[in-house]
Amino acid sequence: MTREDILEQVTQIIRDEFEDDELEVSEETTAADVEDWDSLAHISLIHEVERNFDIKFTMGEIQDFRNVGEMIDSIEVHLGQA
Amino acid sequence: MYTFHELKKAAKHSEAGNGMRIAVLGNCATQFFSLAIKGYAALENIPVEIFDADYNQIDAQLIDTSSEVYEFKPECIILYIATEKIYEEFLDLPLSQRSAFADDMIAKIENYWNMIAANAHSRIIQPNFTEIEDKALGQYSCKVDSTFTYQIRKLNFLLQEKASQRSDVYPVDLLALQIRLGEHFFFDGSLYYNAKMTVSMDALPYVAGAVVDVIKAMSGRIKKCIICDLDNTLWGGIIGDDGMGGIEIGELGRGHAFTDLQRYLKQLKECGIILAVCSKNNEDTAKEPFEKHEEMVLRLSDISVFVANWDDKASNIKLIQETLNIGMDSIVFLDDNPFERNLIRQMIPEIEVPELPEDPALYLEYLQEMNYFETASFTGVSSDRTSQYQAEFERKQAQKSFESIDDYLKSLEMKGSARPFEEVRFARIAQLTQRSNQFNLRTVRYTEDEIAKIASDDDHLTLYYTLEDKFGDHGLVSVVIMKKESDTTLFVDTWLMSCRVLKRGMEEFIVNKIFETARKNGFEKITAEYIPTAKNAMVKDIYRSFGFTETSENKYEIRISDYKPQEVFIKDVSDESDT
Repeated sequence: MTREDILEQVTQIIRDEFEDDELEVSEETTAADVEDWDSLAHISLIHEVERNFDIKFTMGEIQDFRNVGEMIDSIEVHLGQA
Repeated sequence: MYTFHELKKAAKHSEAGNGMRIAVLGNCATQFFSLAIKGYAALENIPVEIFDADYNQIDAQLIDTSSEVYEFKPECIILYIATEKIYEEFLDLPLSQRSAFADDMIAKIENYWNMIAANAHSRIIQPNFTEIEDKALGQYSCKVDSTFTYQIRKLNFLLQEKASQRSDVYPVDLLALQIRLGEHFFFDGSLYYNAKMTVSMDALPYVAGAVVDVIKAMSGRIKKCIICDLDNTLWGGIIGDDGMGGIEIGELGRGHAFTDLQRYLKQLKECGIILAVCSKNNEDTAKEPFEKHEEMVLRLSDISVFVANWDDKASNIKLIQETLNIGMDSIVFLDDNPFERNLIRQMIPEIEVPELPEDPALYLEYLQEMNYFETASFTGVSSDRTSQYQAEFERKQAQKSFESIDDYLKSLEMKGSARPFEEVRFARIAQLTQRSNQFNLRTVRYTEDEIAKIASDDDHLTLYYTLEDKFGDHGLVSVVIMKKESDTTLFVDTWLMSCRVLKRGMEEFIVNKIFETARKNGFEKITAEYIPTAKNAMVKDIYRSFGFTETSENKYEIRISDYKPQEVFIKDVSDESDT
């Protein structure tokens, strides 16, 4: 899976989570850019990403994501692609 | 099972207001727990309104009599005390105090219950405790009372013991769910340490499902009857082809699985579930194993309605439902044949049809897992109505031979009584308020404690009615609660009646007694109300038929002097001693 494929899937998950099909998501997107992306939504989002890619983030990773790009870094690690 | 994602969407798009008011209090983060319950309830068409208290606020919310939780006026409070948190508290205790942990915890929980009872008219949903594999002393922990393993098991035991003494506590068996799903599925360490949530996102839908099952039962949505097919459902093989010697039942081989299923069904019957049979067979052939096969657990005396013929099953199920006079949605239909199952689902969408696994070895655990028979009360008293239903069948047969309905009613030699609520009857009265849906004018549900309060309250007049006839005793069949509106006016707060005794003059007997009681106590006017629900249309016009005037929509009144007592064929034995 390419990094672009992952970003595309993550984008879909984020759009679905916040129920906004127009939402623009890039590797630089942070929680602050999206309305309603609070700590609770973050946990729910993480769960959906884990389900989608069939992976499990560690406790440290979840706390450390600063933007979507860093989440994708972790997804790649778990998929054994990094 | 739904996913958490589906529950979240359903919760988001469910309409607010007008549902059962539920407050959630926990010692952990409960946002997703509450969200999952809200979503699950929405998907099951149970309207709920949920108030989720902040993190770890149980003490603060319950002690402060003007707290948010009490202000919310919950009908129900869920007290979720997660094992993970109390495990930490346990480990923080000095070793010398750990042996008293379960006793101290249960005292704390009882104190919560007492505060809720004192400050809110609310029922309590109390999940039990999941386990943590602590293993401080390995397997040896099981016999050392200062270990968590020992104390958490003791706590669960104490919890069920204390809950059994109170009618306002409704358990949720979280431990059973944890055992079924497994500890690793149930708990997600990273979720716990990131968000203080103790149930994994994957397990939340199961937990919500268990809570919603309890809520459903509280609102009277319960199963009352299971209709069973025979061949390859209650025994292996086909009685018509294989004969008595050929069917599989007993302790040997495949028969063992069917025997255990029958054992379980027999237990359901003892718990008050009606057993019925619906089979495509000749009646004599179908009944023979119940009468003569030594290894059958179920006997004809266990079956309330036995229908075996070659008509289509949907018609036969309707016949059974009419004989029992219960809602189609309170019936479970058990059949091994996928074709029959689909047919019944299409013809009778309200009925519950378990998708039995192909292998009979799995029937029983499947039924147990599906938890069809959730209930919100258990008295033990009404547990066997089989003979009553069989008598009802005889009555129906007898009815055919009379010229007029009056002749028939006279021949029944009915005896009825009406008495104020008595303590020994409180449980059964509460149960009826919770279970009756059809003949129920206002569908107000009461707990046993509330019934006890009403019985001793000077502002209420109460009546419970019994009926028997020459075929058998119907027991307690109707409940009336009247509230004083003023010195001269009484309001009928509750009138419900068992549908088994419809149309034989009991309605008239009941209303005569209402007026007699009201008059004796010096009242001049009776007001009443009909609150429509999805199920009680049958009593929509009943007050009008007794001469009440509709003053505004569904509200009625009548002057007591205007009421003409109705003729009935029920002998009044209210003053005779109760047997």
